[in-house]
Amino acid sequence: MGKFFAVTVAIIAILSAIPIVMNYWGPPADISTHGAAIDDQLHETMWEAGVSFLAAQLVLALFVWQFAGRGRNDKLKNFPGGAKWLVIAAFLFVGTEILALGVIGQKAWATVYFAAPDKDAVTVQAQAGQFAFYFRYPGPDGKFGTPRPDKIDEGNQNFFGLDPENDVASRDDIVAGELAVPVNRQVNLLMHSKDVGHSFYVRELRIQQDFVPGLDLAVHFTATKTGQYEIVCTQLCGLGHYNMKAYLNVLSQEDFDKWLKDKSAQ
Amino acid sequence: MSEAAAHHGPPQGFIRKYVFSLDHKIIGLQYYGLALVAVFVGMFLSWLMRFHLVWPNAAIPGLQLLSKVGAPGGLITPEYYLSLLTMHGTLMVFFVLTNAPFAAFGNYFLPIQIGAEDMAFPRFNMMSFWTTFVAFVVLLAAFVVPDGPPISGWTAYAPLSAIGKDAGPGLDMGQNLWGISIAIFCIASLLGSLNFIATTLDLRAKGMTLMRMPLSTWAWFVTSCIALLAFAVLLPACLLLVLDRVAGTSFFVPAGLVVSDHLQPHSGGSPLLWQHLFWFFGHPEVYIAILPAMGIVSHILINSMRKPLLSHKVVIGSMMAIGFLSYMVWGHHMFLSGMNPFSALVFSFPTLMITIPATVLTLIWLGSLYGSRLQITAASLFALGFISMFVSGGVSGFFLAQPSIDIYLHATYFVVGHFHLVMGVAAIFGVFAGTYFWMPKMTGRMMNETLGKIHFWLSFVGAYCIFMPFHYLGLAGNVRRYSSFVDDFMAPLMPVHKFITIAALCTGAAQLIFLYNLIHSRFWGPPAPVNPWNATSLEWTVPSPPPWNNFGGVHPVVYHDPYQYSVEGAKEDFIMQNSPEQVKTTVRS
Repeated sequence: MGKFFAVTVAIIAILSAIPIVMNYWGPPADISTHGAAIDDQLHETMWEAGVSFLAAQLVLALFVWQFAGRGRNDKLKNFPGGAKWLVIAAFLFVGTEILALGVIGQKAWATVYFAAPDKDAVTVQAQAGQFAFYFRYPGPDGKFGTPRPDKIDEGNQNFFGLDPENDVASRDDIVAGELAVPVNRQVNLLMHSKDVGHSFYVRELRIQQDFVPGLDLAVHFTATKTGQYEIVCTQLCGLGHYNMKAYLNVLSQEDFDKWLKDKSAQ
Repeated sequence: MSEAAAHHGPPQGFIRKYVFSLDHKIIGLQYYGLALVAVFVGMFLSWLMRFHLVWPNAAIPGLQLLSKVGAPGGLITPEYYLSLLTMHGTLMVFFVLTNAPFAAFGNYFLPIQIGAEDMAFPRFNMMSFWTTFVAFVVLLAAFVVPDGPPISGWTAYAPLSAIGKDAGPGLDMGQNLWGISIAIFCIASLLGSLNFIATTLDLRAKGMTLMRMPLSTWAWFVTSCIALLAFAVLLPACLLLVLDRVAGTSFFVPAGLVVSDHLQPHSGGSPLLWQHLFWFFGHPEVYIAILPAMGIVSHILINSMRKPLLSHKVVIGSMMAIGFLSYMVWGHHMFLSGMNPFSALVFSFPTLMITIPATVLTLIWLGSLYGSRLQITAASLFALGFISMFVSGGVSGFFLAQPSIDIYLHATYFVVGHFHLVMGVAAIFGVFAGTYFWMPKMTGRMMNETLGKIHFWLSFVGAYCIFMPFHYLGLAGNVRRYSSFVDDFMAPLMPVHKFITIAALCTGAAQLIFLYNLIHSRFWGPPAPVNPWNATSLEWTVPSPPPWNNFGGVHPVVYHDPYQYSVEGAKEDFIMQNSPEQVKTTVRS
């Protein structure tokens, strides 16, 4: 029975590793400037965690194989070095991993969160509400109108609560149901929630950030490949959570300018 | 022994003996029974969810009886899916993972293992169970109120959970019941953990020094210290949430929210405050579930290996280190929540650090297996399975502890796979190991070993088939808490989901073997001897099942460290803790 356990554990461990090694379902190709650092971090962690996982499972299998079913006449043995060396090994091994990944690897986090956005970044406001994303561009004046929650009227398509009668800056604001951005230019996304918590997740962009009601956040990124990508909500927001999505359209600068112009004319 | 041990005489009559009992053993069995009901309900809910995910258009006959609105014609609506998800998580985390390894086994065996006649406060003990029971009834009542159970998940993030019915179905009375139930549960856990701490510190038998306590008792003791601090924070958090909902306060709701076209009458609250309070409890809760399992597994492995672990002190120290660090890491649930990104780094570091005591424990278990005389029983198989699951669930924590990787993996099935393996399956394996090991003591009847082993193989392979693929889904970016995968990129992942669902249905069905074994052996199993496993700790010195005052009025005296196995020169290959037999001690420090 012990040997059967050992073989089962070994088979499970190896089978578990195969889809990862063969990369059956890995992340899609990255389309951002910061994503490579995250991917490297993920890759490195996969190595270290994978080796630890396989080593621990196989050692478990080996010892159970070797020592299960031994009787009273078999000599008891102690692990060479005893607890002391195992503790030292844990500190050295895990300590090194923590230093390698935890400390040095924080650079990837820093590039997303600690660097200020570029001055010439395209600023877009994203608003999340049950169960849709809307995006707002400041228009030719470069200024966003001030949103007023009491003016929000979905029936009249006033998703942001703009007040063009009294607020000059809001008159040329462009509101869209998709996020169009120019390729290879930094985008500074201002994030606002209309009602409850939501989240903005684009796999290819390696960006995920919560929308927090009452707390306006910003996240910036540069997309490096034109195309259409799915934006999904990853913070449980109610019954339509699964269906809350929008598209990110990464356009060439010319296409983006044209898109803005067309939207502006509507 | 202190005077406090014998506050009550032998119970008279059925009600005092089995219902409102002061006896810690009956209370332990009551907790076990409650957890057993909760785990089957919770598992059934997960079946419904898995079924709906892969066969959304197939009606489940009779489900409309559970909820006409939530499952019209037996088809689960997206909102009812979220109700099931919320109830599954809440039942499993609170009523199974907190109750079974900690409250049930702890209640039954902690006093006996330290040589006490009962808990320090038997009336508190009775109250803590019945309060838990009330919490359970209040939670289940959410199934029958008109708008159904809440849809905000077991984490109940505000403001979704705080603003009432405008935010969606289940968020009216259902969410109120949830908040009240969890608040009541917190009171029960506070009573219970205080009792455990007082009992451990005050009621140890003569000679039972702290270092002579078995590792299971050590684990329950450390867990009760964690639980005391954790539930003391969740309790006010739940009360504030209920106040936001029913009294118009705004602790967790900021101004200017427009929900279902209604401007909400709140201002000045913070959704992040709820997250901080919740996870200040929520992360230690993981260790409330897993530490008792670590103790139980260590206790059983030592008995099966016929030799103590490489170091008693290092295991205790590691458990304490895990308990201590568990309070410094809650922010890792909130890396992307909008809190200051610097704090993500601060929370990341102790999270990674917690890997060190966890690795020490794993290496001690593995190193102790070396050169042992390991006996394979249903109990030891589950204990070995625990180690395997703990490693598998643990290594994925190394990814999620890093904020930069969290940007990609947060809120995906990778997280679901991680916590199900490490806190769900591993802790439940600890409970199964404990059940096969201790049930003979608790009922006086042996369980069927063959059925136990079959149960192990199906559960072990089955749990891997369910939860390992979750990690692959997460790596592909499959978002969790979706009732249906409508996004283009998730469609190709459906075969993986089908595989998981089939594995879940089979593995769940295999648990009926366990249920059968448990019930059958309770009534018709062969009578259990006093010490069927040739074990050394005090619970094996008393009859199976023990009398109401455990040691029959005799105060045990302890002469030995807890795990005197394979002692050279001893009459048998083990020495009971209370045996006056003198031999050269072999326990390594």
